Amino acid sequence: MAKTDTSGGPLGGPAGWISVLIPLILFGWFAQHLPAVAAGEVLAWQWDWVPGLGVSIGILLDGLSLSFALLITGIGTAVTLYSTSYLGGSPHYTRFVCYLMAFMTGMLGLVLSDNLLTLFVFWEVTTISSYLLIGYNADEAKSRRNALQALLVTGTGGLAFLAGIILIGAAAGTFQISAIEATLADHPLYVPILILVLAGAFTKSAQVPFHFWLPNAMAAPTPVSAYLHSATMVKGGVYLLARMNPSLGGTDPWFWTLVSFGGVTAVFASILAIKQTDIKQVLAYTTLMALGTLVMFIGVGTPEAIKAAMTFLLVHSFYKAALFLMIGVVDHGTGTRDATVLRGLARAMPLTALVAALAALSMAGVPPLFGFIGKEFMYKAALEADPAMVWVVSCTFAASALMFAAAGIVAWRPFTGRLADTPVRAHEGTAPMLIGPLLLAALGLGLGLFPDYAEALVRPAAAAVAGTEVKVDLYLWGGVNTALILSLVTFAIGWVLYLIHGRLRGWLLTWKSRFDPGWDRLLGWVAAGARWQTEVIQTGQLRRYIFVTFATLAIVMAWTVWRAELTPSMTLGDDIRIKHWSVLLFITAGAALVAFTNSRMTAVASLGVVGVGVALVFIMFGAPDVAITQLLVEVLQVVLVAVAMLKLPHLNHEYVKTLRIWDLLLAVVIGGLTTFVLLTVMDTPFDLRLTEFFEENSVPVAYGRNIVNVILVDFRAMDTFGEIAVVVIAALGAFALLRGTKRGTQ
Amino acid sequence: MRSSLIVQAATRLLVGLLLLFSIWMLLRGHNEPGGGFIGGLVGSTGFILYAIAHGCRAAREALRIEPQTIAVLGLGIALAAGAFAYLAGEQLFTGQWLFLGRTEENYGVPLSNILVFDIGVYLVVMGSVLTLVLALEEEV
Repeated sequence: MAKTDTSGGPLGGPAGWISVLIPLILFGWFAQHLPAVAAGEVLAWQWDWVPGLGVSIGILLDGLSLSFALLITGIGTAVTLYSTSYLGGSPHYTRFVCYLMAFMTGMLGLVLSDNLLTLFVFWEVTTISSYLLIGYNADEAKSRRNALQALLVTGTGGLAFLAGIILIGAAAGTFQISAIEATLADHPLYVPILILVLAGAFTKSAQVPFHFWLPNAMAAPTPVSAYLHSATMVKGGVYLLARMNPSLGGTDPWFWTLVSFGGVTAVFASILAIKQTDIKQVLAYTTLMALGTLVMFIGVGTPEAIKAAMTFLLVHSFYKAALFLMIGVVDHGTGTRDATVLRGLARAMPLTALVAALAALSMAGVPPLFGFIGKEFMYKAALEADPAMVWVVSCTFAASALMFAAAGIVAWRPFTGRLADTPVRAHEGTAPMLIGPLLLAALGLGLGLFPDYAEALVRPAAAAVAGTEVKVDLYLWGGVNTALILSLVTFAIGWVLYLIHGRLRGWLLTWKSRFDPGWDRLLGWVAAGARWQTEVIQTGQLRRYIFVTFATLAIVMAWTVWRAELTPSMTLGDDIRIKHWSVLLFITAGAALVAFTNSRMTAVASLGVVGVGVALVFIMFGAPDVAITQLLVEVLQVVLVAVAMLKLPHLNHEYVKTLRIWDLLLAVVIGGLTTFVLLTVMDTPFDLRLTEFFEENSVPVAYGRNIVNVILVDFRAMDTFGEIAVVVIAALGAFALLRGTKRGTQ
Repeated sequence: MRSSLIVQAATRLLVGLLLLFSIWMLLRGHNEPGGGFIGGLVGSTGFILYAIAHGCRAAREALRIEPQTIAVLGLGIALAAGAFAYLAGEQLFTGQWLFLGRTEENYGVPLSNILVFDIGVYLVVMGSVLTLVLALEEEV
């Protein structure tokens, strides 16, 4: 990944410093609301966007959204600053910055939206920008494939979520999150809503069995991994669960689904973390573990559990972003990320080592770092997690012990011992690459020593998730209790796991992942299915398309006539004279000629005869405008078809004869049904209100006596404009098509 | 493609008449049968006839502007006519009228954005039809 050391000017040029400044300013703006929110206030702004659909842009700033907003903008500043050095000067740096800013907008919108529909729009913005960022190295097939995988998995989940939103809107009568007052647990739609919303949240937050996309997303540049795929976007699902907890949580299905999926994800992911040799992959799997843990504790749902989840959310964001950025510096400075190669970097990269040490200690949950507090409170909550206490405690314990070992793999082994040979001679990173991770790592230590500062954020956040006040009192030393003893055992087991991790890895490598190949197989099936149905439906024969279209029309009409039990009175009126009969004969003769002739030219001309007959009908019933148009269109049609026919191959008469009987049958059925329906229509009295309106207003209002034309260009000019736009588009489309085939054949 | 002398000679007369007729159709449309759509169709038949008699290249030269340009231009004119009402402070596509020399019993010469809109329709129809027909004929 060590792409460049030559940045385009200080801080990567204008794109660089602007991208740093924007999140920094936003961070300041959000931080100034911290005192008010910490005091329990909820700030809300709202204005209508699509009032007809009940969509408003509402901003809701409570503890939960403020925590996320501060993480997004704060870590965003660190990451953009880091990127100025990491990617600055690379040819697509500006594009990268645009993607990153688009993502930041989406993510902020997601956590600040008070309306479920706008929330969904921003949800999709993050999905799409994540796709673009994973596929940033677009000339590598692996990047493209992994980006598409992430897009499809999270996008499919997003669709389920949209359906869930619509059901919520139907059940609660509003899309505004803060206006959903009561819990939806007793609503008949509760279970479908739950399934759909959880499908969205679980794909976004990569819970087993949808986890496989997240480790693959590490194909993205390291700042992206640090930002999207650990600190912010993947927590979107967690955010959604936390946000919906007051209205969807607190039920048995909620509890058991979240606790079991979260627990399985946490343990499964932390085992796989040990298996990896690429340090970035180790971190990717520990991120999965964190997401699983968060989901599990939100599922438990007690005030203690929510407090623990919110604390761990902050803990994880600080240490994981710092570690990812640290990996980027190591990668940059040595040219490799292989855990089996890297040794003894501490002397060559002292500041990076410091970051690694602080962040990894927090990750391992060692006092006095913030991670320790997070882990203590998780244990405390797990011990009270009725009725699944044993499960939650076991999962938390296993995951924490493995986390300890993973921290050793990531931050102890590469930095200690004798300096090993690396592709590039190990050297320290630049200042912009170190400031962010250092600050984040220091924050982990600072909040561990002075946890009171974290309370200001955790308390309102927990209150927002729980829906009621939650007492939050974070402390480093809570006396000797069960949680502390569990922690000590965790360290011991974790230490042992670290010591034997080489052997463990060897054993784990015999496991083959089935999820990723399974995904490829699934996509293969989809492609095969698409190919099959294309071959069946899209035959490429115009004749077949027209036949199917009209056959469908016939079936639908027959069905409707039969269901509605239509019976026309079959009276033709008295004013049918000889001239009407002769026109009828004229038209019928033309139609019969079309059906029985063996020459294409005769058929087209006969069709023209039918059209002229219809024009005569219009003239007889006083619609000269329509008659003229009809006549001209018929003429043009005959000309066009005649021209096109010069290009057609010769007609195979034998083949046509076998088809003709069916075409004739279909034509007779359609004609009969249409006649039947029209006769029924004639029976119902006409509503003349519109006719009268136009007759009265045509001259005084629109100054025109030709009502048809006045309607076209004045009363309904907007419609006409739409129609002529379609005409132009059709003409341009056909033109492009004709020119395209011409170039193709030359 | 060479066509007969009779067609060529007749075309010389007919094309002018058809174009004149199409404009007449367009202008009378508000009060009598006619209008932009029909006018456009008639106008396009004039050029199609010319193309049949003298070839597509000659027809394109006679048009001077690419037919697809005419179609898009027409769409733009129609939109501008509609937007004019908005500029005048009314809803889009509301008719705006100016009667030159209006007296008690006579409207005088009526000018309106409605007519401009109809001219747009005329150009769209003529341009689109010619785009199709000329492209088809050249293809063959």
